[in-house]
Amino acid sequence: MTDSQRVVFWRSRWLGVAFIAAILAVWEIASASGMVPSLSFPRVSAILVTWWEILRSGELLRELLPSLLRMFGGYLVGAALGVLIGLLMGSLRTVYYLLEPITEVLRPIPSPAYIPIVILFLGIDDEMKIFMIAFASFFPVLLNTYSGVRAVDPVQVQTARTFGVKGRKLLWQIVLPSAAPFIFTGMRISLAVALIVMVISEMVAASNGIGYFILAAQRGFKIQEMYAGVFTLAVVGYSFNRLFLLIENQVLAWHYGHTQQQRN
Amino acid sequence: MTSSTAAYLCARGVRKAYAAPGGSTVALSGVDVDIERGTFVSIIGPSGCGKSTLLQIIAGLVPASGGEIFLNGRKVEEPPPPVIYVFQQYQRSLFPWKTVQRNVAYGLENRGAYDAAEIERRTRELIRLVKLSGFENHYPWQLSGGMQQRVAIARALVCRPDVLLMDEPFSSVDALTRAGLQELLLQLWRELKFTVVFVTHDVDEAIYLSTRVVALSRAPARVAVDIAIDLPHPRDQIATRELPRYLEYRHRLLAQLFAEEGLESTARAAA
Repeated sequence: MTDSQRVVFWRSRWLGVAFIAAILAVWEIASASGMVPSLSFPRVSAILVTWWEILRSGELLRELLPSLLRMFGGYLVGAALGVLIGLLMGSLRTVYYLLEPITEVLRPIPSPAYIPIVILFLGIDDEMKIFMIAFASFFPVLLNTYSGVRAVDPVQVQTARTFGVKGRKLLWQIVLPSAAPFIFTGMRISLAVALIVMVISEMVAASNGIGYFILAAQRGFKIQEMYAGVFTLAVVGYSFNRLFLLIENQVLAWHYGHTQQQRN
Repeated sequence: MTSSTAAYLCARGVRKAYAAPGGSTVALSGVDVDIERGTFVSIIGPSGCGKSTLLQIIAGLVPASGGEIFLNGRKVEEPPPPVIYVFQQYQRSLFPWKTVQRNVAYGLENRGAYDAAEIERRTRELIRLVKLSGFENHYPWQLSGGMQQRVAIARALVCRPDVLLMDEPFSSVDALTRAGLQELLLQLWRELKFTVVFVTHDVDEAIYLSTRVVALSRAPARVAVDIAIDLPHPRDQIATRELPRYLEYRHRLLAQLFAEEGLESTARAAA
């Protein structure tokens, strides 16, 4: 290893990856040597074997697939409504004054607190979970879209007006793309929120899904399966975030170039 | 209201007052200007006198507190299609998510009069006229300031407006770039024969470009001086600016501006 390569390692993601590997190694040794109770902390190698088995048998995917469908269904509905109502709140003062107080009252209540209420109306099936995920995904997108609309440069709006563009066309052609960086921020927050609410709602009431699987494994003392389920969520959450950033970098390439140029 | 003897573009007693602590600030106090079709009229005045506000009122972007604007005998209440406004802040006025081609095409897309192929043809033509061929697929932020302002001019002219309203369009580029943009604008004005109302704080720029210069007084502003600029076309950055008549115009307008700024002694010393 040359000197410059060493510098690159200490200032690269690989340092963090090595750190994760080190934690897992300590876990493995601590569990194998009996320093920690191996019932609650099975060896990492044993968890990986179990993980591989339930992946190969299809059991894991059978649980994961319905979870992901719920999550995306709820997320897309919540985000779409967030963008729509955020655009309206940002551009029409009346809509803002109508909806701002109720938003501020509902938003601070942690979403899981609504689950019992929603069960009363929608039962414990997919409708309840999708509703919960949509509801929780809605607020970050709404607030960021609203901020994005308020931050639209008035010169751009006036430019569009001088070309005779107003109303819905103005919203669609100028306000929406201009607010897109904010909207993407909100959607990325909501993606994490959607994953959380998906798991919680499945833990509260479900007969399948990854959240149900983790809780059932713990109750059935299948501790290795429980950890495998949690590891699966880490992989899912990480992958979605990476995928989201990939799309964001494509769609908002203009934004990064523009802000870069303004900084220079 | 409508009269055949009225000029093409008229401001009649235009007033603008802003709410301010303890009353209101009057920016414009009854401005009357008549602008003939095809002329190039510059509006100058001390900074903060409301030149830009007047231009925005003419454009229908800002409501006047009193008075009226008429375009071709019709009252202006919101931005009229034959009038296009070019903003001083070209960096903020161009859409950063659109390429040069898409930015220029935007001027036509919402007119609904042309199909995609015709929009494409006219857009390329204007990009060629402002000498940006080859930059169609660049984004505005990849261009220099002068090039960005040329994109804004192309976007304004692509829909063949009758009137171009320009708010200090060349004030934030360096002197050489500015001279280049001035030449470009004059050339396009001679070829395409639109009317220009040009706001600037630069007396030399106003005289050099215009067929007429209107100087506003300090706020509350009214028309202080209104002179026809009788200099030969095409103009020349060096020769025109050395003509005795050019210097006469310059003397009159600068003396007026200095007087407005309370700099009489300087003006007298200069004379």
